[in-house]
Amino acid sequence: MKKKIILAALLICFLAPGAFALSDVFKNNVYETGELKPQDSVLKVKVGQPAPDFTLKAVSGKTISLKDYRGKKNVVISFVPAAWTPVCSDQWPGYNIVKDIFDVNDAVLLGISVDNIPTLYSWTNQMGHLWFDVLSDFWPHGAVADQFGVLRSDGISERAILIIDKKSIIRYIDVHNINKRPPLESIVRELEKLN
Amino acid sequence: MKIKASVLIVLLAALWMTVSAGAAEVKPPQVGQGFPDVELSKPVIAGELKYLGLSSSGSFRINQIKADVVIVEIFSMYCPHCQAEAPAVNELYQLIEENAALKGKIKIIGIGTGNSIYETDIFKKKYSVKFPLVPDGDFKIHKIMGEVRTPYFIVVKLKGKKADVIYSKAGALGDNKTFLKEIIKSAGLK
Repeated sequence: MKKKIILAALLICFLAPGAFALSDVFKNNVYETGELKPQDSVLKVKVGQPAPDFTLKAVSGKTISLKDYRGKKNVVISFVPAAWTPVCSDQWPGYNIVKDIFDVNDAVLLGISVDNIPTLYSWTNQMGHLWFDVLSDFWPHGAVADQFGVLRSDGISERAILIIDKKSIIRYIDVHNINKRPPLESIVRELEKLN
Repeated sequence: MKIKASVLIVLLAALWMTVSAGAAEVKPPQVGQGFPDVELSKPVIAGELKYLGLSSSGSFRINQIKADVVIVEIFSMYCPHCQAEAPAVNELYQLIEENAALKGKIKIIGIGTGNSIYETDIFKKKYSVKFPLVPDGDFKIHKIMGEVRTPYFIVVKLKGKKADVIYSKAGALGDNKTFLKEIIKSAGLK
């Protein structure tokens, strides 16, 4: 058992030097987290089930509920672990240039993190003007992430993508390795399946 | 058996320390040095292959590009500064292509750090990029390039099999005409 733990620790060390394409936009303001445990939560929802409803405040000042989109739009939820961390800082800016793909697939994107609104405001400001809403799951801390079973034991969320159709049914879940960015094509492929 | 396992662990730890110490020293290619010998995947668009002077399929190295000077932009579809810089780099391409003295001599390629081919294609379409964009989905090239921040520009002078770095900087290029003058001078182009 002890040997297994030591070997696992060594393996993590070997894999540790991660490569992140840090945009110059964030300069030295991104905190280097190092390699984290790829997944640290147990899902509470399944594909095919109705998505639990939630209401959260957005950086834009709006209050957004999942049920607002029922019968109107497919919803892509992008949970990111935390503001000012390497992979997250290089994820939403990419989604920011593909609004047309979401439009064609009659979908909206909701970005969610457990950070508070002021932090999310400062962080997302570095990304330029985002076309999608960024929601704060700060208080009760990580409650929405926990509802879906993507809240990690240290209070940050997983890097997860969920796609919910117009009937509020969960159609896709990808609790991605927290250290890596989910490829855009997998999200687009799943979105296209809905239509 | 237990002793052997501990010895193995110590050896592995020592090896890891050596490897990570080595990795920490990787710096971006410096002016005066050779451009790292990296394998790049060839574009699939015929016009782009022709632009680079390459035959079809497989991979290529920078010194195989038919040019005197190659401008390499290390970028990412996910990087806001790269998005903002895209029109300026397009303008640079246009300036070169419209100048009979430079066309064919100076070529541009982009390397999409951590980007799949799908993602570099998204960037290409979004910003109507005319020069080839090469994916680096697994960050392999990015690591060799010293994990630079994006966008990062490297200008390489080609002569025979040699590929010497004559410019290496992070961030926007600034005024395109001034930049072109600078690299024409550094490369000794006439």
